[in-house]
Parts: sequence; C-alpha cells; structure tokens
Amino acid sequence: MNNPYFDLLMWARGPGFDIALTIMIGGILLRVVEIVVLGRKKDFAKPKGSPVGQGLKTIFTRSVPRKGAMMEAPVTYIGGYVFHIGFAIAFLFLGAHIALVDDLIGLSWPAANKALIETATAASVLALIALAWTRVKDPVRRALTRFDDWLVLVLSGLPLVTGYIAVNQIFGDPTLMMAVHILSAELLMIAFPFTKLMHAVTFAMARYYNGSIQGRKGAES
Amino acid sequence: MTATLERGLNALREQIDAPVASFFTSCVSCGICAEACLFYKETGDPKYTPIHKLDLMRRMWSNEYTLLGRAKAMLGLGKKITDEDLTEWEELVYDSCTMCGRCTMVCPVGNDITMMIRKMREGMSASGHGPHDLVGAAERHTDGTSPMGDLTKALLARVKQASAETGLEIELDKPGVDYMLILSSHEIASGEEMIAAVARILHQAGVTWTISTEGFEATNVGIQLGNRDVARNLVSRVVNAAEKLGVKGVISPECGHAFQAIRWEGPNLIGREYPFEVVHIIELLDKLRAEGKLKTKGMDHDRITFHDPCQLNRRGGINREPRNLLNMVADNFIETENAGTMNWCCSGGGGVGANERANDLQATAFNIKKRQFEAVAPEKIVTMCAFCHTTLENQLEARGMDDIEVLGLTEMIGEYLDDED
Repeated sequence: MNNPYFDLLMWARGPGFDIALTIMIGGILLRVVEIVVLGRKKDFAKPKGSPVGQGLKTIFTRSVPRKGAMMEAPVTYIGGYVFHIGFAIAFLFLGAHIALVDDLIGLSWPAANKALIETATAASVLALIALAWTRVKDPVRRALTRFDDWLVLVLSGLPLVTGYIAVNQIFGDPTLMMAVHILSAELLMIAFPFTKLMHAVTFAMARYYNGSIQGRKGAES
Repeated sequence: MTATLERGLNALREQIDAPVASFFTSCVSCGICAEACLFYKETGDPKYTPIHKLDLMRRMWSNEYTLLGRAKAMLGLGKKITDEDLTEWEELVYDSCTMCGRCTMVCPVGNDITMMIRKMREGMSASGHGPHDLVGAAERHTDGTSPMGDLTKALLARVKQASAETGLEIELDKPGVDYMLILSSHEIASGEEMIAAVARILHQAGVTWTISTEGFEATNVGIQLGNRDVARNLVSRVVNAAEKLGVKGVISPECGHAFQAIRWEGPNLIGREYPFEVVHIIELLDKLRAEGKLKTKGMDHDRITFHDPCQLNRRGGINREPRNLLNMVADNFIETENAGTMNWCCSGGGGVGANERANDLQATAFNIKKRQFEAVAPEKIVTMCAFCHTTLENQLEARGMDDIEVLGLTEMIGEYLDDED
C-alpha cells in the first residue's frame, strides 16, 4: 500500500466530498431562497381552471415534447434526453454510487449490470458531444451560448469520462484515476448552485409557475 | 445616467419576481423557443430567438438578484444596461414579438417567456423606448374614448343602425341588466354588424344587456405598450361603468388582447376582484348553446377553417367553445395543422400590427400563417378577434388571396340564428 495517490483518494473520498456536499446543499438552499423571497403578487382574476393542480401537473407533463416540436430541433431534443437519462442511469445505478448514498442516508436499491452502466455512460458522453456540436454549428445555439454553457457541458462530462477510465483501468494509475473521478464529481457539485446546473432543481419551480399561470386561465400548458 | 433611463430600470426592477427569477435560473439556452417563434421561423435570424429578446432583463436579474452577480457587481464587474442597449432591444421586444405565447408552450424547463416580454415592455416604455405608434394610441385613448380618438358619436350611430336593422331596441346606459357589452374600436369603425348580431342573439336567449357610453372601448393599448398606469386607467373606465350600472357581467368582444386586459390583467391592475363576471362573447354564446337558449337554422356548406386568436386560446383558455358553435352552423369545418393551442399567430398581435415600423417584418412573419391556411385551402376563415380578422384580410389581400372570406364567429352565428317568429 505504498501508492503515492492513496492519500489523495482518501482526501477526495473524505473531507473533499464533505466540503463539496456542504457547498452544494448550502448553495442550492441559498439560491432557492433567493428566488422565493422575491415573491409573487396575489392574482385577483377569478380562475377558470385550476392553478395549483395544473402547476403540479406541468412539472411532469413538460418532460414530454409537444407534438411536432422534436423535429424542429432534433439534436437538442434527442441529445438532451439521451444525456439526462444516460447520466441518471450511470449516477444512480452503479453499485459504488449506491453504496455511497447508503452510507450517507441509509437508502439503497439494486444496482444495474456493468454493460448497462457503460452503455449509458458512453451514450451520455456522445450526447454531450452532439450538444456541444450544435452550440458551435447552429446559429441560434451559438448566439445563445455563453461561458457558463461550456463550463456546465465540460463539468457534466468529466465525471462520466473519468469514471469510465477509472473503472475499466484504461490508462493511468487506477488509484489516481479514481481520485480524479471523485474530484471531478466534487467540482460538479461545487459548481452546481452557481451555474446553469441549478436548472436541475429550479425547473420544477419554473414549470409549476408556468402551469399555474396557464391553469388559472383554463388554458393548456 | 439620465432620469428616463433610471425610471425605466426601476420599472423593470419592479417586474422581477419569483417566477421571473425561477425562469432565468432554469434557462439552459437550448434555443428550442426559437423554432416556436414565427419571426425566427420566417427570417432565420437568431436575434429573434425569444429568450434572447429578454437578455437585458436577464442581465439585470443576474447582476442584482443573484449571489454571484452581486458579488461580481461589488468588484465592479457585470455589464450595466445602457440607453443604447434599450434602443437596440426595441425591435426585439416590440416589433418582433406578438406575445403569441408559443415559446411559453415549448420551453422544456417551463419558462413563461411571453409573460416576461410583457414585463420587459414596462421597463422599455418607462425609459422612453415604446414604439411611437403605440405611444400615440395610448395618448389618444387616454385623452379620448378610444385609440382612434373619441368614438362616442360613431358608437351612437352604429347602435341606431343596428336597432333599425334588427327592429330591436338597444338601450344605452341601462342599469340593472344582465350584461354590459364592450366593443373594440375596430368593431365600431367597421360597421354595425357586431352590435346587430349580439342584439338578435341575446334577444332570442332572453338575456338583457346594454352598452355604457362611459366605458365602451374594450381595447387596451396599455398592456401592449407595457404601461401599467395607462392600462389601469383604461380598465378602470370599464370597471367603473359596470359597477355604476350594477350589471352581473361584462361581455368582452371579439378582440384578443382586450379579453386579456379586462379578464386576466384587469383585476390585478386595479388590485381587487370585480363584483361582476367577465365573459368573452364566444364563451357566453357557448353557454347559451349548452343551456338550449341559442337556436340556429341551416348550415354553411363552404370549406371553413378556424383561426384561434393567441390571446383567446393559448393565453386565454377559450378552445372548445368556438368549435362547439362552429359545428352548429358549418358542416364542412376543417381544422388546420397546429389548430387550437399551438396555432400560428396572425402576425398582428401584441401591438405589432399597430406599429408601422414593423410592417415589413410582420408581412414576412405572416408567411407561416399563409402556408398553414394553404394546406387546407379554405373558402372561408372564421375567427373570434376583430384584430386577427383585419390582419388576415389585409395580409391575404396583399398576396392576392382575397377570394378567401374572413368572418367573425358572432356575426356568423347571427346569420344562422333561428329567430323567426
């Protein structure tokens, strides 16, 4: 056990992780409070539909594209779905990740097999590349893309790539690569509250507001 | 910083609330809103991407309402909004947005982009960046009774004509009746048909109604310009008139933004609930139909399609009602692709049609609407907004397609009304 990277791995798994988790959770709470304190004026218009019911419903229904919309921006839609689903599978169903969650909050569930995890990881990385490609090639996406967009693309891809390398021992010292993988995930966690990664939390608020505004009017959302 | 710029930025600050902050926080700049926008679709210019039209508001939110933005501002970083920025954004916020609401329907994270455009216009107009034509209309309406000036005499003449044509007495300013009808200036200017149709239909249904000479104009340029003070003043005229007459309800006419103004924004502009209900004329007709109080005779056999006004369907919640009514009087009714909630805008809404500077851009944007109609090749197009009606007629005529007749649904129901004794 004279691996020079052992201490680094231990730091990443211990204090490093605790710091990242604290910043992530504290930051998310701050950002959510920062939104909620702005408040919303009471709506005096007599509702035709159900604002609360439709708001809650829209949190889920907006996950499905409107008829015909997918063909309007196929790379963005398909790339978006593949990335999110692939990332979720790799993150939530890898045995080591489940053990980590079990350690933290005492919850566990069955792990997926290696082939599924690796397919999901590869698909997810390919999807990120496709999404990056539209940000370069497509005039609409290019015009909208700022530093933040590139940062979150890279930060989301790093844990996938480094995890794949570490697990399969493709190159580098396995202990070092595992430490790098964990550190890259921690970087993602730290960046989460201060970048567009926040959408993974606030999308539910945005969809709720959208659905409730439309729902009051008895309009679709 | 000039006083007007300061006033504009303050007006914009007032508009930033929890929904706006949640929307900007959630945006991942995927650009899917672009493909929902008629202006982007028809020009292919990325500057017309809906979320980009809000970039100044996003910048203000980011600089002043986020942790990182405030930290940057303390270090003197973060780009401030200048008068030049606002001038550049005028075209994006007014000329190239009809507030049709399609972007709001497709945004994957659920951002109500259209609502934010409405809010951003408050800042634009307060900083002196409202389009000249809309400002002029607001001044004329504030000083007179309509954006066309004082239409009281024209209204009296139309009521007289409608009365003579229908043989029904139409009493103005009559207290205690069921409904008070308001009208858009287009309906008053174009003829007595709308008033006559309403008179006959409501007479048959046994519903009593009146028009107030103190608050008869339904349009509200304040909500298109983005000026709450103007909007509140114009809404108050109608509310005061309705309260004075003690009516049970106010009938909003065939006008999209007028319904938005009186039904959905009005109570919030005056800061209280109304003691009366507001119904769109088509909602009322459909209610009378359901109660068996609306009887028609005969059918129109022409190939008819329906144009959903954005402010009435997508942003107003009136979807089934016009279809129920059309099916009563038309047996060759065909829907266009995207009909209903995702219908394409007529290209004239949100003040675009009243803004001469935007004429060419509007004509380009109309082409998507034109193709939508061409695919079903209608002989007649029925709608329920006088402004959509006028816009469709003008744009079709400009393309030599004026063999297609454009009709208002209320008038059409009036034509087939079974009121022979």
